[in-house]
Amino acid sequence: MDIANAFALLSNFVLVPALAYGAQLALGALGVTIIFGILRFANFAHGEMMSFGAMAAILATWFLQSQGVSISPLPTALLALPIGILAAIGMACLTDRFVFRFYRRKRSNPIVFAIVSVGVMFVMAGLIRIIIGPDDQSFADGARFLVTVREFKAATGLDQGIAIKQSQVITVVVALIVVAFLFWFLQRTRWGKAMRAYSDDEDLALLSGIDPEKVVLIAWIIAAALAAIAGTLYGLDKTYKPFIFLQILLPIFAATILGGIGQPVGAVLGGFIIAFSEVMVTYAFKRFLAYLGPDGWVPDGLVQLLSTDYKFAVSFVILVAVLLVRPTGIIRGKVI
Amino acid sequence: MKRFLPLLCAAVMSTTAAHAQDAVKIGMLQGFTGPTESLVKPMALGGEMAIQEVSDSGAFLGGKKVVSVRGDSTCVDAAAATAAADRLITSEGVAGIVGATCSGATTAVLNNVARPNGMVMISPSATSPALSTIEDDGLFFRTAPSDARQGQIIGTVLVAQGIKSAALTYTNNDYGKGLADSIQSAFEAKGGKITAVAAHEDGKADYSAEVATLAAAGGDILIVAGYLDQGGKGMIQAALDTGAFDRFVLPDGMVGEALTDHFGADLDGSIGTNPGTDSPGAALLAKLAEGKGFKGDDPYVPEAYDASAILLLAMQSAGSTDPAAYKSHIEKVSNAPGEKIFPGELAKALKILADGGDIDYVGGTALELIAPGESAGSFRETTVADGKWKTVGYH
Repeated sequence: MDIANAFALLSNFVLVPALAYGAQLALGALGVTIIFGILRFANFAHGEMMSFGAMAAILATWFLQSQGVSISPLPTALLALPIGILAAIGMACLTDRFVFRFYRRKRSNPIVFAIVSVGVMFVMAGLIRIIIGPDDQSFADGARFLVTVREFKAATGLDQGIAIKQSQVITVVVALIVVAFLFWFLQRTRWGKAMRAYSDDEDLALLSGIDPEKVVLIAWIIAAALAAIAGTLYGLDKTYKPFIFLQILLPIFAATILGGIGQPVGAVLGGFIIAFSEVMVTYAFKRFLAYLGPDGWVPDGLVQLLSTDYKFAVSFVILVAVLLVRPTGIIRGKVI
Repeated sequence: MKRFLPLLCAAVMSTTAAHAQDAVKIGMLQGFTGPTESLVKPMALGGEMAIQEVSDSGAFLGGKKVVSVRGDSTCVDAAAATAAADRLITSEGVAGIVGATCSGATTAVLNNVARPNGMVMISPSATSPALSTIEDDGLFFRTAPSDARQGQIIGTVLVAQGIKSAALTYTNNDYGKGLADSIQSAFEAKGGKITAVAAHEDGKADYSAEVATLAAAGGDILIVAGYLDQGGKGMIQAALDTGAFDRFVLPDGMVGEALTDHFGADLDGSIGTNPGTDSPGAALLAKLAEGKGFKGDDPYVPEAYDASAILLLAMQSAGSTDPAAYKSHIEKVSNAPGEKIFPGELAKALKILADGGDIDYVGGTALELIAPGESAGSFRETTVADGKWKTVGYH
């Protein structure tokens, strides 16, 4: 029995990475859920919106780096993040003005909106590849680690170390601030209340004098800002590559639906549940169990539920299970 | 200006027309874009250096010029490779192809373009064992040895260093799978233990899950049979970040300056193997390449030089640029008997062949072709010390 080592091992490979990944998914899912709450359609272009915001932040980071601006040991990308947010908001407003507003005036079906958003996704994906190209881009600078495995081992004398990357801490801290701000906005401010009223009952909200175009505009601004933050943090923690934002759409939608679509609290909850399931289901518990079991005993196999190749299948399975068993999600949201 | 334009056009057209008549074209079909782009740049220059040398000698088929025509085989896109090869053969009219870079692309080009058109292909870097048994009508050669050889060498090196167990990850394609299988069987035959084998997909953002699996299985060292600017790099990054492994075995696709430039001293103690030799040919080639913008001892550069050289020497030996005529001369010029030919001596070789003599091409890789038209191979073992590749010895 060696609980300290088992915990360190689990933290290093499961808890810390899943916490950061969960925060990134939660930010993405919040954006999808807000658009669904107000505009009532599943916005498939959200992944590319993340990519677009991150790309603008990267370009701004490179500019700042070339000018010698640095906030070391923090990454320069944090300084460039507002530019990314502004670019994403601009993009969202443009697409709403030239694409979505047309269908809103025609009072089209939600399914038409969803298909239109797929079109927007492809156009945006092409635009991103024209501007920054399809390759990996590295823009992280500053200190890489807060705690390295070696330092942790030296400090605690354990066999297993915990590495904590600076980007992981930044991700979690920024996500906390953003989520807190968003909830404050929705619960306490005039426009937040107007948005909730609009989401609850569109006609009643109109009757009480809420301007629908303004509500829609604020929803886009919030969703785009969340997307830019989520995309930049994801790129900072892992790597920025345009193709990845197509793949990440699936776990984000799974998180949104699992939490209850249109429910901000549910989106955050869903993001963390999906992240922890993905990491834990594909993690091999062999060594973890060896530490917990009697001395000298080691499991024969890897004790792994699913091979890492099936990481994306986890989101799929959760998505299907939720739609079958509890289509409203954990916190009762809208049924698609 | 108006009067100049027609003149200029006429001048350009007449020079290109003259070129097309005299020059023999060689297709340089390499993965200029994609996972191998950092490997290919010096390779193509090395291959073109041999072409230039033959062209400048004035002794090739009675004084003909030779030019290189580049085509992009990519590495993973078989359709793009096939289209590029098709363009080289049908519209450029090349007399032979040096390429392709990766095994998958090479197989596609050989099956879909080279065999139907009866075109000779010499790959400097396709190392999949499957290419040893492929139907090729005697048209396919390679100056790099099969990965089955590299697997045996890695097994020997690991046992010699006293490493008892290793985890193994490979890039999920023909090259990675073939290499991983050969490493595993060679290492286990020598009494080593592979604790876990996990494939990784290229082009992902995050490899921590794959590394976590391998870390759970444990092992003294992690063998990364991948690409240095793709998933292989991601696997190493994740392994270093989580402290799962701190030493790596890096087969040929991972050996390159880009890797040590990125990770520096974090890779210290890692073992690299890639085709290479200590025959004087390698040093001569390195010297020839000086001042030409690439390094003559970069991975696969000597193989690329040799591929171009034996292709042209076989044409000289056959007295023809027709693939059907010269394909049987490739093994003849590469192996004994005959005068030994080192890099920079292509003019001498051309003269000997023109006079009806025999040559034994040694080149930059101490080339010896064995059946079915592939290099017997000689490998360089390197280690990373202070963030730089250091040669340990040759096998």
